[in-house]
Amino acid sequence: MPRIKSPAELEEFRKDIISKRDPNKPCIAVCTGTGCLALGAAHVVTALKKEIKKQRLGTKVDVRETGCPGFCERGPLLVIYPEEICYLQVQPEDIPEITSQTLKKKKIVDRLLYVDPTTGEKVTHESDIPFYKNQLRNLIGNNIKIDPKSIDDYLAVGGYSALAKALCQETPEHVVELVKNSNLRGRGGAGFPAGLKWEFARKSPAKTKYVIVNADEGDPGAFMDRALLEGNPHSVIEGLTIGAYAIGSHEGYIYVRQEYPLAVENAGIAIKQAEEYGFLGKNILGSGFDFTITVHRGAGAFVCGEETALLMSLEGKPGEPRPRPPYPAVKGLWGKPTNINNVETWANIPLIINNGADFLTSIGTKGSKGTKIFSLVGKVNNTGLVEVPMGITLRDIIYRVGGGIPGGKKFKAVQTGGPSGGCIPEEHLDIKVDFDELTKVGAIMGSGGMIVMDEDTCMVDVARYFVNFLSDESCGKCSPCREGIRQMLKILTNISEGKGREGDIELLVELSEATGDASLCALGRTAPNPVLSTIRYFRDEYEAHIKEKRCPAYVCKELISYYINPDKCKACMICLRKCPAEAIIGGKNQIHVIDQEKCTKCGTCIEVCPSRYGAVKKISGEPVPSPIPEEARIIARKSKKR
Amino acid sequence: MDNAKIDKIINKYQGDAGSLIQVLLEIQSENRWLPKEALDKVSKKLKVPLNRIQHIVTFYKAFSLLPKGRHEVHVCTGTACHVRGAPRLLDSVQDLIGIRPGETDLDLKFSLETVNCLGCCALGPVMVVDGEYHGKMAPAKSEEVLKNYD
Amino acid sequence: MSEILLQIDGIEVKAKEGMTILEAAQSAGIFVPTLCHHEKLEPYGACRICTVEVETGGRTNLVAACLYPVEPDLVVRTRSEKVDKTRKILLEQFLAHAPDAPALQDLAQEYGADKDRFAKESSFCILCGLCVRYCNEVKKKNAVGFVDRGARREISFIPEAASKECWNCKECFPLCPTSYLQAAYHLTEALAFPSPSFKPASE
Repeated sequence: MPRIKSPAELEEFRKDIISKRDPNKPCIAVCTGTGCLALGAAHVVTALKKEIKKQRLGTKVDVRETGCPGFCERGPLLVIYPEEICYLQVQPEDIPEITSQTLKKKKIVDRLLYVDPTTGEKVTHESDIPFYKNQLRNLIGNNIKIDPKSIDDYLAVGGYSALAKALCQETPEHVVELVKNSNLRGRGGAGFPAGLKWEFARKSPAKTKYVIVNADEGDPGAFMDRALLEGNPHSVIEGLTIGAYAIGSHEGYIYVRQEYPLAVENAGIAIKQAEEYGFLGKNILGSGFDFTITVHRGAGAFVCGEETALLMSLEGKPGEPRPRPPYPAVKGLWGKPTNINNVETWANIPLIINNGADFLTSIGTKGSKGTKIFSLVGKVNNTGLVEVPMGITLRDIIYRVGGGIPGGKKFKAVQTGGPSGGCIPEEHLDIKVDFDELTKVGAIMGSGGMIVMDEDTCMVDVARYFVNFLSDESCGKCSPCREGIRQMLKILTNISEGKGREGDIELLVELSEATGDASLCALGRTAPNPVLSTIRYFRDEYEAHIKEKRCPAYVCKELISYYINPDKCKACMICLRKCPAEAIIGGKNQIHVIDQEKCTKCGTCIEVCPSRYGAVKKISGEPVPSPIPEEARIIARKSKKR
Repeated sequence: MDNAKIDKIINKYQGDAGSLIQVLLEIQSENRWLPKEALDKVSKKLKVPLNRIQHIVTFYKAFSLLPKGRHEVHVCTGTACHVRGAPRLLDSVQDLIGIRPGETDLDLKFSLETVNCLGCCALGPVMVVDGEYHGKMAPAKSEEVLKNYD
Repeated sequence: MSEILLQIDGIEVKAKEGMTILEAAQSAGIFVPTLCHHEKLEPYGACRICTVEVETGGRTNLVAACLYPVEPDLVVRTRSEKVDKTRKILLEQFLAHAPDAPALQDLAQEYGADKDRFAKESSFCILCGLCVRYCNEVKKKNAVGFVDRGARREISFIPEAASKECWNCKECFPLCPTSYLQAAYHLTEALAFPSPSFKPASE
């Protein structure tokens, strides 16, 4: 494959690719992102390819293995083009029917379609499915159209045209202006204006400069960057190369967490392909600009998502953050000016170059422009990745796109911003999601993790969960973070175990202040957020734990007991047999009783008790009623004979 | 561990000190743990003092200084899995295997680790054994899953 | 190097570009407490006892004096309600590790830190890092280092290096504010030093 040496050659090549693709030729796009692979997508693909061969449809149908389009709750999923028919929760056994009905006879397999939960109406086309329809999928929309291992697929949807435009038609300074004018704010969490950051790096005098993609994505529950890097690595490479040109850097890194092996693999393949085609290396597209990219893996440290800790890791050192100032734009990797941005930030760049700054400024709120991809997870019906314009309300995201809370449960809070963020209660569901509005209510935008919680979530447990996470992930160098988190964890654990004392809440607030004010880096400085936001909105739960030794959500193990209501128990023996601790006493005609000494609170009994009986319940804050006398537990069954 | 293999990995990175973590990741991946001899060799060849290597292999959780079991069990404890009941799943797995996260059982059969989000939250709670994903895991199901591994 | 004028505790201080607030304060005879700072070592910023309040660009922040570079017209307060509150609780956290350490006693009294506020921790070490940094930067022997992270962070001697270097050196011993270092050394010596018949691998 000879290198493409100019924008004109690129357009010729692109036209050639597109001309060879018949838009009317059936193509089945199957999601093979990590989530769907975990649900068996690889077997679906194997079955599909086998069936196509068997039916001799090899030349008539294309199969495309794509990255994640976001509807993770309903995977494995596939979309059949050109009609855009979307089938959900597809299993290998469904393939013969899909092939014979849809591919051959153009008939729909109804049972695999999306069903609207309120109207019962079935939806055939992907873009009509409410989950997708209510999004604005500027970035992730391309995932289903691209095989991430095929650079030609990326070219077919217009890829690398922004690179050609930037390198061959714009000056580096003008590119920086464009990004500044777009008001793009960093998508990694801090929301710092990207264009301004680029300008600092551009103005730093040095021959050697670096640009870095931060793909460490450590927030638990967030996987937007994984989907972008796995599913459309070329969009990130293109954005990075444009940024390198603008800043004056010739060496770039993609720092990926090693827990994302598919992203590491696809990024590596994409870089090789880009080099082959001439989008990386020397004299890119005849512009005279040289640039190379290396993939560098993380080694399992959340703190390395912090940009200065990331730099330490790149330099082969432990991920201990560095003091700022000096900022990386002045003194970064190996002491040289460095610009680090998040994956999603870089992915926005080609869109801005191709469509102008207004492409972003026409979307969103005054302070936050463009779209944001959120990973909507937890107690929500449509778990997955959603891309929405800034300014949409939380309510719309959770209910219109997310489909609301499963099981008829009541919404309690939504947690945004990961361990640096906060929990937002129902009273704020109508706020417009943007960087500043979220900060006002005690949370942060963060990288995009959005965890929905319902009435069965204990907010003290949530605070303890995050502080526990941070105590593991803190680098430990500075004492306000290391010691502050250590003490906060002790207090929260005590509270959740019924050992809380008067004054604990005030002590938590005091520790939070010191840790938040005096820590070396953002991990420590934002560590108090989950604690402070849960105290702010759910103080009553803390007080119930401390004063009444009661967990209102029935979560904290030491404070709950499982109890079988003798009036409802029908002695069906299901829970008795399934109890892993053999803690249930009873028999075929004898009402069951849980031996509280043996009970491990695993929750199996409440899960397996048939819903028509609903005899098991959780008790908290009050003593377990003593079992009724043994004679009273015998059920007299009506005899079958007359 | 094969000395030649270690040399090959180090040479691939041309002795670049910044690649220390990448070298160790590859050795860890090849060998499934980092024996002391491997660390001494890396220290010598990349000219990095042992105290820095020791800090790195204990700081980053990808590294193991002890041999791992034949089967690696990872339980996701990310926030989404947490609210869906991951702690109870972890408890049941711990009870079944008899070890805590970070440990390997005495027969070197199972190693247990927690992971902070695998990115398949729709399946939560998730348990991965030898790269095979088991989703929507009720604690009661864990015995069923684990007994398939010898 | 150009001169920079800043204000510390209401006093005008002349500093040179590149100086930290701590250096500027010390040059003007203004006291700022430190625990992990040492003139022979690179500033570290771990203990955060030197936290001071700065006003810059209309915003007030808490920063570590040993690290923050002086800026023109910077307003610094080495004592304030926030600064004192922060130092008090940091000291109380240190005292949970080493309640009787001489280096902490005067500071504890000054800030009203209660050594019994937090339950006693199992290690005397307050992780100031003076030993590790002295061995790395001054002696360049790398005989002691850090291990692990977060609340599990500890110092650890490298037995092979320590058995060769420490007996004739021990220059880090007087630096330790809590005497944890000496205890750690002797423990390593007893448990992990290679036996006398051990031959080190050929260089």
